[in-house]
Amino acid sequence: MVVQSAAEAIIYPAVGAELDIDGVSHAFDIDGATLPVLDNVNLSIAPGEFVALLGPSGCGKSTLLRLVAGLEKPRTGSLREDEVRITGPHPSRVVVFQDPTLFPWRSVWDNVALGLEAQGILKTQRHRVDAVIELVGLSSFRNAYPHQLSGGMAQRVALARALVNDPKILVLDEPLGKLDSLTRIAMQAELVALWQRKGFTTLLVTHDVEEALVLANRVIVLSDRPARIKADIAVARPYPRHRGDPYLADLRKQILGLLGLEATW
Amino acid sequence: MSTYSVSDTTAPAAPRAALTFSNLSGRYGVGLAASLVWLAFGLSCLYWPDLGDWSRTGSLGIGAIVIAAFILFGTFSADYLGSAGQALRKRAPWLLAFGAFVTLWEVATAKFAWLPLPFFPPPQSILEVYTDDLPKLLDSVFASIKLQLGGYIIGATVGFITGVSIGWSQKIGYWVHPVLRFIGPLPATAWLPIAFFTFPSSWSASTFLIALATGFPVTVLTWSGVASVSSAYYDVARTLGAKPSFLVLKVAIPAALPHVFVGLFMGLGSSFAVLVVAEMIGVKAGLGWYLQWAQGWAAYANMYAALIVMSLLCSGAITLLFRTRDRLLVWQKGVVKW
Ligand SMILES: Nc1ncnc2c1ncn2[C@@H]1O[C@H](COP(=O)(O)OP(=O)(O)OP(=O)(O)O)[C@@H](O)[C@H]1O
Ligand SMILES: [Mg+2]
Repeated sequence: MVVQSAAEAIIYPAVGAELDIDGVSHAFDIDGATLPVLDNVNLSIAPGEFVALLGPSGCGKSTLLRLVAGLEKPRTGSLREDEVRITGPHPSRVVVFQDPTLFPWRSVWDNVALGLEAQGILKTQRHRVDAVIELVGLSSFRNAYPHQLSGGMAQRVALARALVNDPKILVLDEPLGKLDSLTRIAMQAELVALWQRKGFTTLLVTHDVEEALVLANRVIVLSDRPARIKADIAVARPYPRHRGDPYLADLRKQILGLLGLEATW
Repeated sequence: MSTYSVSDTTAPAAPRAALTFSNLSGRYGVGLAASLVWLAFGLSCLYWPDLGDWSRTGSLGIGAIVIAAFILFGTFSADYLGSAGQALRKRAPWLLAFGAFVTLWEVATAKFAWLPLPFFPPPQSILEVYTDDLPKLLDSVFASIKLQLGGYIIGATVGFITGVSIGWSQKIGYWVHPVLRFIGPLPATAWLPIAFFTFPSSWSASTFLIALATGFPVTVLTWSGVASVSSAYYDVARTLGAKPSFLVLKVAIPAALPHVFVGLFMGLGSSFAVLVVAEMIGVKAGLGWYLQWAQGWAAYANMYAALIVMSLLCSGAITLLFRTRDRLLVWQKGVVKW
């Protein structure tokens, strides 16, 4: 297996948090049987790094993100944010789930305001909600209800709902999965710009190898279930990146090989 | 089709409110017929002698003619009356049917006595109840509303809080479920005999029973509503920094609200039943008691009058609840007012 060294030293703004995943294994009990999902995952992410997770469907990517979010505790091993053990959810680590899960009884604005409201700081911070809705281009839909949005718009609202909290770690579970390819490319550029401006640490799950290569400093390839880290690939390319870049095309070929798809390439 | 026929483009536009024969049979026809039926009803009251001795026949006739005049006026000026005119036009068939019904009723009772008296009183004797027995009827209405409102609000509040608690906390659920399972399905009226001698007053006993009848469906539906909230909503809220109180108040309750309203509707229905029975048996006031009293005196007109008032009140309460729901659950509707 080709395993390249971890990300080279780039100076990141100090807003992001460091994330350490230490010997994490996890399993689910289904009908009395134990289904191992994560197998001794070790990963250390520097503050402000942008890491993409690639892996076959059902291998345990979303599960790993739930552990990072603190929604579940690992069976063994530990996770730490800035050397502090993760024991539960915290608004410094915000997740954009695979499914937008907007609250149907709240308008777009109220959905985005959810985090600030939950932390009791909405009254003084209303402008942040307006700004982030503007950012995802939904200003004219601020009063719409979720059932009035398209799938892609709903995902943009979910992204806005996460960003408004100024997270230290942004956890993204295929957030652009439902977007059409044009909006997708625009949102990718937007995401990179935002990440560069704010400097948060980003952990992104995606099915799209090209997306991983255009966005991330580092691409982690996971094995089939139970997920182990198969490869840790640094993408040492400045932004904005170009899809036609031969360096990226090379990496893409290599990663598709790791995912067992060399035949189709 | 990309070609137009000549007749399509040259068809004359019909003048807006011109009185033509086709207009009379079309857009104005039903209203006109309704007006005529009400006029016939009024005239039959005024000029066709009753078989019995009823004091309000004349007033009823005049009232009917006034209604006929209103319908006539409304029919021809509907175009200029805005939404009220449209509403009238939409209801014209009903006005016609209802006019025909009261006319038939009048003729079948007061004029030919096809239906046996005193069990089927004519419309004028019901009008007589509303004019001559008004104070007592109003007292009964207020007593019923007071009792129903008190019991319903207590029952709905307790049921809602209980439902949220057992939906949220397994510990509370452990203790409340069995109680709910045993006591809940019992019809509230079964408690009547016990309630009336254990409570200090028949009024408090009835309030308790109405609250019980309301509380059970509200509890069960609130509970099932809270229990069926997708855990994904809680996950989202928790990662955004929500505390348990936020999860209950801002996630569980709004998500469960559609279920809660189903419970409120069911509770309203069953509490009406309890109200009437409780008033008939224990409380010496209210419409149920009025019905009982009228039956004792064989005052059949009073019974019909009270029944009509009761049905208006019940349907009014249901309508009010519907309005509240529509307002609170706009997000559920496909079309939202901007
Ligand atoms: N709550 C749960 N209970 C039982 N099994 C679960 C649970 N959540 C996930 N699993 C199982 O864990 C495995 C990994 O699921 P996960 O959602 O992490 O996959 P994934 O890598 O995100 O897949 P995809 O790319 O399709 O989203 C699956 O086989 C799934 O059946
Ligand atoms: Mg997933």
